[in-house]
Amino acid sequence: MKHLLLALCFLFTLPSFAVQPETGAAEAAETENFDPGKVIMEHVADEHEWHFATLGNEHTGTHVTLPLPIIAYQPSKGVSVFSSSQFHHSANGTYNGLKIEEGHLVAEDGSKVYDFSITKNVASLILSCLILILVFRAVASGYRKRHGSAPKGIQSFLEPVVMFIRDEVAKKSIGPKYERYMPYLLTIFFFIWFNNLLGLTPGAANLSGNITVTFMLAVATLLITLFSSNKYYWSHIFKPPGVPAWLLPIIVPVEIVGIFIKPISLMVRLFANITAGHIIILSFISLIFLFKSVAVSPLSLAFGLFISMLELLVALLQAYIFTLLSAMYIGGAVEDHHDADYQMGYDDGSETTHATH
Amino acid sequence: MDLITPQLGLLFWQTVLFLLLLFILTKFAWKPIMASLREREDSIESALRMADQAKIEMQQLKAGNEKLLADARQERDRMMQEATIMANQHRETEKARATEEANRIITQAREAIQQEKNAALAEVKNTAAQLSVDIAERILRRELAEPAAQTQLVDSYLKDVKLN
Repeated sequence: MKHLLLALCFLFTLPSFAVQPETGAAEAAETENFDPGKVIMEHVADEHEWHFATLGNEHTGTHVTLPLPIIAYQPSKGVSVFSSSQFHHSANGTYNGLKIEEGHLVAEDGSKVYDFSITKNVASLILSCLILILVFRAVASGYRKRHGSAPKGIQSFLEPVVMFIRDEVAKKSIGPKYERYMPYLLTIFFFIWFNNLLGLTPGAANLSGNITVTFMLAVATLLITLFSSNKYYWSHIFKPPGVPAWLLPIIVPVEIVGIFIKPISLMVRLFANITAGHIIILSFISLIFLFKSVAVSPLSLAFGLFISMLELLVALLQAYIFTLLSAMYIGGAVEDHHDADYQMGYDDGSETTHATH
Repeated sequence: MDLITPQLGLLFWQTVLFLLLLFILTKFAWKPIMASLREREDSIESALRMADQAKIEMQQLKAGNEKLLADARQERDRMMQEATIMANQHRETEKARATEEANRIITQAREAIQQEKNAALAEVKNTAAQLSVDIAERILRRELAEPAAQTQLVDSYLKDVKLN
């Protein structure tokens, strides 16, 4: 269904991409012209300031923004730290030999710049980390205060989720050694879930739909899988049981590629699902401006609302899928039984069913 | 495509902050939460086990009580039976003794009667002899004059006496 909607949204956005060169040239003169592709991409991409709203005209009106710190490292000049609002203060948009070009920090003279700025996504990341720490400190203190008695408040809301991750995800996928991996699984589950929900908040960043973030999480899962793997895991890759010798030259490379395909699928699935959700909602809203008619808005808003509701579910579902598959990959690496064949088969099967969401 | 190009800065911050988050949450949230959950589950499990044990003990107690009751009932029945048997026996013995006593008394009575009778008979005989002597005396006094008549009279008296 998701893929269908994604395809649908591409159908909406493709014509706008096609006409982009023409409108791009005429943009300065024709400010009324609306380019949904550009607007949507600006919304799902990272920026160096936190832009909330524009009051009035795009060029002459007031921009309600939160300036964020720029931290740049240039091999020739060293580290420079300043506020992103400095770009607006100078006439040509440059400061300290740096300028923002299509969302990227570049040097005026074209030399290499390493951008460690606290961008909108990094700010959102810090915010989400603070929220997670505050929430789970509160939950943990609930256990300390009401020692041995029934949970209350936020503790009783999140306890079933924690227990679900433990009993349905970790215990079933990893087996008796699940306890070591619980902190990681709980952290990625709540990190992804909270960031998905934060991403749905109006004006917030699209952090969990950013490929860098999903890449880092997938690499973490890959590293944990590799570092906790036992000899059975590797023997399954280099000497798969029950495979005739002449098939090994085909099977072994496939298995080796499989090690990396698994985290790549994790990375792409989360990124694509979350970004696609944002693009679809924005596309429906853009329809109003494309048709230049208020009459379209009821339909647009109804669809947008429906997709937003769906995204609330997807936010939870993607966090669950990421955690479950991570647990399964770890489970496959730590399992020391010979019935691992069955487990692996099950693993692959469930992956394809989840991918259809 | 900007959308699928990883950003160096974000990757750096994401890695640092995620590892920091993992560390802080593990230390301050996951460990205490998991420990509390396990502790509570253990306490619930032990409470359930204790309840089960108490139930089994109750059943055992009940079974013990019933056994005690059944034993008591059996004991009572046995005692009642014994008492009945003993009473019957006692009655039989008493009856036998009474019969014996009665027989003895009857025998004694018979013997006494026999003795009395014999004594009475002896007395009667003596009395008869005395009477005969008296009669003979009186007759002798009155009818000594006529000896033939005397003898005849004596004979007739004696005949009467013998008939007794």
